[in-house]
Amino acid sequence: MSESTTIVRRRRFVGAFGSVPRALRAGRGLLLPLALLVLWRLLSGEIVPAHLLPSPGAVLEELVELARRGELLGHLGASAGRVALGFALGVLAATLLGALAGASRLARELLDPTVQALKAVPSLAWVPLFILWFGIFETSKVLLIAVGVFFPVYLNLMTGILSVDRKLVEVGRINRLSRLAIIRRILVPATLPSYLVGLRAGLALGWMFVIAAELMGASEGLGFLMVDGQMTGRPAIIIGALVLFAVAGKLSDALLERLSRRLLRWQDSFGAAEAGHA
Amino acid sequence: MLELAAIAKQFDDRAGVSHRALDGVSLSVGEHEIVALVGTSGCGKSTLLRIVAGLEAPSRGRVAIRGRPVTGPSPEVGMVFQEPRLMPWLSVRENVRLALLDLPRDEQERRIDAVLAQVGLSRFADALPRQLSGGMAQRAAIARALVRRPSVLLLDEPFSALDSFTRMKLQDHLLDLWAGARFTLIFVTHDVEEAVILADRVVVMRHPGRVQRELPVALPRPRRRSGAEVQALKEEIVRELDLT
Repeated sequence: MSESTTIVRRRRFVGAFGSVPRALRAGRGLLLPLALLVLWRLLSGEIVPAHLLPSPGAVLEELVELARRGELLGHLGASAGRVALGFALGVLAATLLGALAGASRLARELLDPTVQALKAVPSLAWVPLFILWFGIFETSKVLLIAVGVFFPVYLNLMTGILSVDRKLVEVGRINRLSRLAIIRRILVPATLPSYLVGLRAGLALGWMFVIAAELMGASEGLGFLMVDGQMTGRPAIIIGALVLFAVAGKLSDALLERLSRRLLRWQDSFGAAEAGHA
Repeated sequence: MLELAAIAKQFDDRAGVSHRALDGVSLSVGEHEIVALVGTSGCGKSTLLRIVAGLEAPSRGRVAIRGRPVTGPSPEVGMVFQEPRLMPWLSVRENVRLALLDLPRDEQERRIDAVLAQVGLSRFADALPRQLSGGMAQRAAIARALVRRPSVLLLDEPFSALDSFTRMKLQDHLLDLWAGARFTLIFVTHDVEEAVILADRVVVMRHPGRVQRELPVALPRPRRRSGAEVQALKEEIVRELDLT
């Protein structure tokens, strides 16, 4: 059995920069932002007037000032808290309904056309109704975010379940696994890749909707900060809030990405081979 | 030990058209016998195997193993498919465990260790399927099917996706396992040589789902692939298949 003496190593894709150390490769993602920062600094005050495009330094000063007064964390926390709560609610609902629609043809036929139709409604169109129903405070904001999170998670979970390899399920049958065991040991892990993609897409939408929710009226949060900057004629605040959105969105997505990579280590995919190389 | 009596199977396709996959197949397989089912594509041989495995019910007819009718999958019957069908997220050990979930944990471990040693995968117990070659993956699938010590092992074109060298090695390996455990072996193949090298009896099936002829292979093992008797039998089977 000479074939059994070596584990086959699949040839891994090695690009032109394949042997660059990990730290440097992570640094590559920063190159473009740094270049933009330089460009921004060059444009600001010289070509574009400072009241339209304040310099990076001015934005940083504004943020430091906010932080010194202790307001920055409050705004960040308010937005992040809304996203977290809305995300949790949206994921919960999408997981229940998506699993139902994926597992049962009857449920799918009853449920899916309606969900697809609701998905076609631009989510911002819910704003007036939600304000009418739930008032202008937290409930309507969190629910709006939950609606945004719901659709990608629902869709990815349902299609993930539907595309599970029937042949693997048959292995469960021939080994007399119970329905529950087939779900837990075969359907759930097989659906995980698609579900995680849905979670990441949902989180991105969650951040998108928190701005919409906060622009429609809030007393704190990054969206409020932007409106405040606009009202009081402080462009540095607007841009500062923008940058914070980008950073917060990127960081929360990075968390989910790390989780995905841990959970999907078994995948034999192009992306996994790339990441595994280092 | 295995009795198939007048098995018929009809399918309705999505358009509602009825297809006859099996049309009155009767077959009697003895204890420890090796039977090869050969036939052109679509002649119903895989369906026959799935009915014996309890994965599908026949439209008409009876299947019984040692006098007990087959009503669904049972630990008496192990099955290996054309593809290894390993769960890609489970190690070889955990994949084999899927066949043992109703047994106590220490019994599971004992049986997994034993069967992996038999198929020569002990060192790869903790490897993931993506780290295995095609031949190793199929051996892991055989281990999963044998770990329950079934009295019948069914294989549906188990080696057809492998290169010819690996295929020959696995054929020999399968005979070793059979000689050691003495289960009854029924396999479907497109490879006429594989049928003649392994089987005690070759059952030639014809579309639509009928047994065309049964040929006993009364040659001592190990059989030489290039031997004159093997070649003569191969030619006879090919004639029966009427491939022209």
